[in-house]
Amino acid sequence: MAGAWVFAEITRDGPHPAAFELLAHARSFDDDPTAIALGQGATEAAAELGAHGAATVYACDDPVFAEHPGRPAAHVLAGLIEAEAPDVVLFAQTYDSRDVAGRLQGSIGSALMGNATSIADPRHARAEIFGGTKIVDVELAGPAPTLILLRPKSIAAEPTGGTARVVPLEADVPEDIRGARIVERHEESASGPRLEDAKVVLAGGRGLGGPDAFAMLDELASVIGGAAVGASRAAVDAGWVPYSYQIGQTGKTVKPDVYLAAGISGALQHVVGMKGAKRIVAINKDADAPLLAMADLGVVGDLFQVLPALTEEIRRRKGS
Amino acid sequence: MNVVVCAKLVPTGTPTLGPDHLVVRSGTDAALDPGDEYGLELALQLTEQHGGDVTVVSMGPDEAGQAIQRALAMGASRGVLVSDPSLRGADALVTARVLAAAIGMYPFDLVVAGVESTDGYTGTVPVTVAEILGIASVTAVRRLEPSDAGARIERMTERGYDVYECPLPAVVTVTAGSVEPRFPSLKGIMQAKQKPVDRPSLQDLGSRDLTATQTVTAVTDAPTKAGGEVVQGDEAVGRIVELLAEAKVI
Ligand SMILES: Cc1cc2nc3c(=O)[nH]c(=O)nc-3n(C[C@H](O)[C@H](O)[C@H](O)COP(=O)(O)OP(=O)(O)OC[C@H]3O[C@@H](n4cnc5c(N)ncnc54)[C@H](O)[C@@H]3O)c2cc1C
Repeated sequence: MAGAWVFAEITRDGPHPAAFELLAHARSFDDDPTAIALGQGATEAAAELGAHGAATVYACDDPVFAEHPGRPAAHVLAGLIEAEAPDVVLFAQTYDSRDVAGRLQGSIGSALMGNATSIADPRHARAEIFGGTKIVDVELAGPAPTLILLRPKSIAAEPTGGTARVVPLEADVPEDIRGARIVERHEESASGPRLEDAKVVLAGGRGLGGPDAFAMLDELASVIGGAAVGASRAAVDAGWVPYSYQIGQTGKTVKPDVYLAAGISGALQHVVGMKGAKRIVAINKDADAPLLAMADLGVVGDLFQVLPALTEEIRRRKGS
Repeated sequence: MNVVVCAKLVPTGTPTLGPDHLVVRSGTDAALDPGDEYGLELALQLTEQHGGDVTVVSMGPDEAGQAIQRALAMGASRGVLVSDPSLRGADALVTARVLAAAIGMYPFDLVVAGVESTDGYTGTVPVTVAEILGIASVTAVRRLEPSDAGARIERMTERGYDVYECPLPAVVTVTAGSVEPRFPSLKGIMQAKQKPVDRPSLQDLGSRDLTATQTVTAVTDAPTKAGGEVVQGDEAVGRIVELLAEAKVI
């Protein structure tokens, strides 16, 4: 049977939710996948990883992995791979996991495939390319294990209720390969649901014209309740909202019940991050905007009129 | 500070695949990847403030010379183009091996690349290059200043940013929007024609093992999502509210 490993990214809030999705992908061809968890909280994360199907969890709580992202993790993985010879290692297509996978490829010389959406076996996977317009089936050669990066939200996590065998690991990382070190962290305090988890996502684009107009989306979000606010890259690059708001190819992938976009044209790189939404509403004053053509409900109109009127109407309904 | 910038020629508009399942590169409109211009701009600013030269390295078809010309016109001093028919269809590993070998031929304190290419967006090649060169790396960088330890670097994270102390030499990838790439001036475009462009052969690079490890076996169109209704003006609010109610979110 194919030996599937999952690189379970450990964040400051525990395992990255994508780790559970990776286990679901792995279980489509290996009944007993192994997870590798490196960083403070790894041992604690093993229970949750086991509950999502990991049969074995290699865990190491050493702070070196958080202090020096990327290189130490790749180093430890390379050693483990040499000893255990898995057939494939799955990673989430996130900035941090991607760095580990890229480093690992440089040291072990295996094939690496990015942006995969599903995997048939360690040598065959499928990806969406060109902003999600084409699907390609790819065969991977080269030394084992193959390294496959899967886009978050391409499969749902599946709790199995299992328990993992936990194997503690030593972090044997030489000083001279630790590389760059984090000396400060700056976090915006997040309120409301995470963009990836929210049932309703309200996204604003360049059409909002400036940072102040995002207040209209915040207000609508609070009237709906449980909605999260996101943005296109144009709004992020302009500095109106932080990068954590960005939805799309280089931002987050969301799959809410309702996705409402205001002043977003619908560039391929944006669409790839939201096309999995159950219902798409787009408000745009340009009747030819591509997002209107794929929306379940397209509104041709001025967002500065539609949004406040919508907020008012929902408030009125809820009030009565 | 000497900086090597990695630059890629990418198709403008939606790329197409040929019968061999490889991206059609010749005869289509292509340009320097807009995602590479941010790193190039950062490199130019660093060398303008702290001295040193910017060398631009590209692997690609002969047409990739255009991407190099653009970079030279923006202010880089030297171009390096690795072009060989056997590299067509190169995957991430082959690309990283070739770039690492080419970069290693020049003196550098810093290697700069985009976070990911606009056409392929795997986003791993720069760190793989760093691993092959045996040096540090920081990705998704929005700011970089020389410091006693090497460089002080701000890296974007999902929730904000982290500050790194990074030894040099190192590889960094620069995010879009972190700097405002300059437009080449007419003078720059004229000067670019006089600047050297080296064309090392694969033998010069001594690269080993350049067989691609990925083969595309089938290509299909992704299902396109059919649109629904389009409404205007007065109807809009009522219809959105109905949709939210149907979705049971209000
Ligand atoms: C490598 C790469 C990666 C990228 N990754 C991403 C990504 O992750 N996410 C992303 O979003 N983009 C990404 N992009 C950028 C993408 O190509 C687009 O440039 C971007 O999505 C455009 O944002 P926008 O729709 O807000 O702006 P625009 O395309 O400028 O659209 C603004 C829209 O607002 C409408 N509008 C203006 N005023 C009003 C009004 N008063 N009322 C109603 N409508 C109005 C206009 O008609 C227009 O359609 C990427 C690009 C590249 C090259």
